[in-house]
Amino acid sequence: MKSLDELAKIKESMQEVLKVREGVPSAEYKAHIMVCGGQGCISSNCKDVVDALKESLKKNGIEKDVKLILTGCMGPCDMGPVMIVYPDATFYRRVKPKDAEAIVEEHIMKGNPVTRLLYRAPGAKEPTQSVHDIDLFKKQLKIVLRNTIYIDPLSIEEYIGRDGYAALGKALTQMKPEEVVETVKKAGLRGRGGAGFSTGMKWGFTASAKGSPKYVVCNGDEGDPGAFMDRSILEGDPHSVVEGMTICGYAIGAEQGYVYVRAEYPLAIERLSRAIEKAREFGMLGKNIFDAGFNFDIEIRIGAGAFVCGEETALLTSIEGKRGEPRPRPPFPAQSGVFGKPTVINNVETWASISPIILKGADWFASIGTEKCKGTKVFALAGRINNTGIVEVPMGTTLREIVYEIGGGIPRKKQFKAVQTGGPSGGCIPAEHLDTPVDYESLGALGAIMGSGGMIVMDEDTCMVDIAKFFLDFVVDESCGKCSPCRIGTKRMYEILERITTGEGKEGDIELLEELATTIKATALCGLGQTAPNPVLSTIRYFRNEYEEHIKDKKCAANVCEFKE
Amino acid sequence: MACGCNCGEDELTKQLDIIIEPYKGKPSGLIQVLTKAQELIGYLPKWAQVRIAEGLGVSLQEVYGVVTFYAFFSLIPRGRHKISVCAGTACYVKGTKTVLKTLREAIDIKPGQTTPDSRFTLEIVRCIGACGLAPAMIIDGKDVHGRLEPEQIPEILEKYA
Repeated sequence: MKSLDELAKIKESMQEVLKVREGVPSAEYKAHIMVCGGQGCISSNCKDVVDALKESLKKNGIEKDVKLILTGCMGPCDMGPVMIVYPDATFYRRVKPKDAEAIVEEHIMKGNPVTRLLYRAPGAKEPTQSVHDIDLFKKQLKIVLRNTIYIDPLSIEEYIGRDGYAALGKALTQMKPEEVVETVKKAGLRGRGGAGFSTGMKWGFTASAKGSPKYVVCNGDEGDPGAFMDRSILEGDPHSVVEGMTICGYAIGAEQGYVYVRAEYPLAIERLSRAIEKAREFGMLGKNIFDAGFNFDIEIRIGAGAFVCGEETALLTSIEGKRGEPRPRPPFPAQSGVFGKPTVINNVETWASISPIILKGADWFASIGTEKCKGTKVFALAGRINNTGIVEVPMGTTLREIVYEIGGGIPRKKQFKAVQTGGPSGGCIPAEHLDTPVDYESLGALGAIMGSGGMIVMDEDTCMVDIAKFFLDFVVDESCGKCSPCRIGTKRMYEILERITTGEGKEGDIELLEELATTIKATALCGLGQTAPNPVLSTIRYFRNEYEEHIKDKKCAANVCEFKE
Repeated sequence: MACGCNCGEDELTKQLDIIIEPYKGKPSGLIQVLTKAQELIGYLPKWAQVRIAEGLGVSLQEVYGVVTFYAFFSLIPRGRHKISVCAGTACYVKGTKTVLKTLREAIDIKPGQTTPDSRFTLEIVRCIGACGLAPAMIIDGKDVHGRLEPEQIPEILEKYA
């Protein structure tokens, strides 16, 4: 890629194809069928549906008039396999291979949508046809996930067709590196991995740090149980991550990037690898990109199953091929990161936010969200909730809106009990705080954290003491063992919880848990240990009565814990 | 997984050397080499660790340290099929315990163990990111089975000989 003109030509050539997905009929194509190919739908056998559709299109002799595409994750995993038929944007759910014939012969050929496969809102008499009218989609604002229901993730041309790599072109040909850093700073983007540090400031520190070479790293070691936002982004729009990282490389003066992805995400790794190859082929990676004298390339590093590697210093150590043990900060990665060199490390979602900021400007981005938290946040909704899957909402949206309006509430008329955010580092938020807006500060004040975006909904059948024990078990298992507060302290906490949940709890156990928790928080080496007591502290804070019931009455109201006779 | 033929240690050593070659003298490639070596041999026996240590120019102690740090690596042979039951939060809330119980009864081993006929290895993993399909498990690192009901387990296992 040598110039903006060249890029504009590719974009132009894609408009005939892409306009269909904006609802404009095309002379060339009768329809586009976009079948969700996220990991969720793949496990619901969406590939068999694709095969059946292919066959049916062929049988009817219209295989050339219909474009059939496997996309990234569309979000509503629970309804899978899902698909969207353009130009009318009809949304079908729970599609089986045997439904292919009806979709092709009735909908595509005759224009009559297949009513039985349409989405029906809870309690609604009539089904909703267009994806744009379904609450689950309508109430979202998609910046990070801007492309996921519109493009073929393996096609760099389609990505370019939707303004892909235009931000890179703009940065390289029209902006100085300092201006790029300034724009990201001004936009107010904060790290989406959970801690919420200003991304622009991080870039600024690394740009001005002494030492070379410098590195750009993407943290794709999404380890929080219940979180799958990064997986969806890597599967659905891998080029957005490649582009964001390349822009940063230019801004800070780095020529090498690493993406660290968990081995548990084979599909994400495959699609990202193909995106990197394509980007090289198109000259978006490599030497002298956009003829600006800037070189950059990206390598994938696959994690080998250690939760602690999601912690940035541990991840950087793991890239070096060592045991992924965290190291004390300072020095921060901006001064001493991979191989001891200045490094910017950001999370997948942060990287995917960069291009729109460069393209549309800092003011546009800063106009979305709350005063201190700009932009949107992607959440993974799961647990006891009707619509499980991926959603993106502006910062400041309330938990109630997410759980009830977008998530569709709790199934089987059960009572909502709590929503857990932030995984093993986070906390459980009870019903009385459902009107809290989601942003880093508000969630922090409730004893939870924003975290990377996992949101697990719990109902009356969940025992909060058992959940606290579940997270502690996780931490005990995943603690790397380097520092003793985490290695020994969490184990002792786990043992106390084990006692309480088997009916052998003692007077004073709650206080002992609190004391241990405070000490671990203050003394552990890295984020994993410092936040590990949060699930226990937040459940004690809001559900102390459940702890007391277990200890005094040997009773588990949710009927989860099995007491010894 | 092992390479499938009946080749002995000599042949495996040759193939391992091919894996090591591009990383000669580069300690930062250790995790990649170990991953590929485990794909080749099925696990990481001592002789392979010694070979890798010499090739990359790191001590055997460092290699062993890395192998035992990451859950992905194994020091003992594993079964032909690896069943990874997800015990992430969403799966836990939606019934991993029952799934695991049924599985353990069906193949009569505990997590971390391999069946005597080397058919299955059972392990517990922390979230495979298929939370929308909870409870879920993944077989051989690629086949995700979601919305599991205990009754489905025997039928699923039959597909893996």
